[in-house]
Amino acid sequence: MNYSFHWRPVFQVMPEMLAGCLVTVEIAALSTVIGVAIGVALALGRTGGNRAAAAFALAWIEFGRNTPGLFQIYLVYFGLGSFGLHLNSYAALTAGIAFNNASYLAETFRGGLRAIPSTQTRAARSLGMSAPLAFRLIMLPQLFRIVYYPMVNQMILSVLMTALGLTVGLDTDLAGVTQHFNVLTYRTFEYFSVAAALYYLIAKAMMLTSRVVAWRLFRY
Amino acid sequence: MIEIEDVHKSFGALEVLKGVSMTVARGEVVSVIGGSGSGKSTLLMCINGLEPIDAGRVVVDGVDVHARATDINRLRRRIGIVFQQWNAFPHLTVLENVMLAPRKVLGKSRAEAEAIATDRLSHVGLKDKLVAYPSRLSGGQQQRMAIARALAMSPDYMLFDEVTSALDPQLVGEVLDTMRMLSSEGMTMVVVTHEMRFARDVSDRVAFFHRGRIHEIGPPEQVIGNPQRPETADFLKSVR
Repeated sequence: MNYSFHWRPVFQVMPEMLAGCLVTVEIAALSTVIGVAIGVALALGRTGGNRAAAAFALAWIEFGRNTPGLFQIYLVYFGLGSFGLHLNSYAALTAGIAFNNASYLAETFRGGLRAIPSTQTRAARSLGMSAPLAFRLIMLPQLFRIVYYPMVNQMILSVLMTALGLTVGLDTDLAGVTQHFNVLTYRTFEYFSVAAALYYLIAKAMMLTSRVVAWRLFRY
Repeated sequence: MIEIEDVHKSFGALEVLKGVSMTVARGEVVSVIGGSGSGKSTLLMCINGLEPIDAGRVVVDGVDVHARATDINRLRRRIGIVFQQWNAFPHLTVLENVMLAPRKVLGKSRAEAEAIATDRLSHVGLKDKLVAYPSRLSGGQQQRMAIARALAMSPDYMLFDEVTSALDPQLVGEVLDTMRMLSSEGMTMVVVTHEMRFARDVSDRVAFFHRGRIHEIGPPEQVIGNPQRPETADFLKSVR
């Protein structure tokens, strides 16, 4: 083997790579939050009585879960341009991952809602709560606990998916920053192995944080 | 006053209520007895509109429960109901369970709601459980909490749907005692029950349900003590 490893160039740009980590976490968090909001709506649409809403939700879920995430991001970044909608790399990546998250989370939420006995709604309605109020005060908090860890899981998947930002020209997240320095130096192994370690640490940190938050949040 | 007039109700092909009529006056305690599947629980759900009806009318203090124009959420504030399964809200403490509806439905302040909830919970003997979560409570305690939760809305009527059926035998007494206390305070109650002693001791009238119809209604001394119809007598023999 003639290759000699040079780690110094990597550690010299560590501040830039750490700044990239922040962008990565930001996109993952944003696309998870948006995905959760849309996912709840899709789950309700699919189970509610409105047939048009159910068909729309089903189409979204089917497409989102059964096509490559990369294509979904491509369609947002390049495809929407055909309709005159031009998003920058950051927005397109966030929207693409959020779209993907929403379709997976919708099914998680649908299962979670079924795990809550219907008698809970009945009890809430019998106290004079309207259906939306009963959903917000009684169903949603219980649903949140049931789907909490699947949701964290989806967020970690989102972190890993942000690396697809490379394909739509994003250069501020961890993958983008890494690639930027890689093409300057061609220390590919060094840059990408350190970046991989950073992704690993982000994922682990999220899991640990979520455990602490759960311990604070779920006292019952 | 609750007026039930010729109510019909089917689940699919199965007609569970085949023309039920009865009235419950203010301050009255009416127990509804009968075999399982006789339609008595369904009737309770029709009184506060949790189940729609197919024909007939249910009128509470002049308000038609099932009329399209009726604000059912407003009406339900005045009709408390306690279920066989306690239906505690597991994510809220005992105090929060009872405070929730007064705050969010009646719009009371946090302090006001807390005062009401504490009062009702003390009334049912749960003063020392305010900050506990329902999962820490026994079935009997959860059921008393459910009663306090309904009472916190200061209802004019209370409906009880076999509230002791899911309880361990040694926990039944504490719940029945709570209901006895309510009746002695003049609460208007409709009680679907299998507790014949309770029905006999506490009710002003007892209605015997059989196959979707009221076969006999009258004072407990008659319906339970000296039934006039063979179906009533058969049923009473089967539960003794």
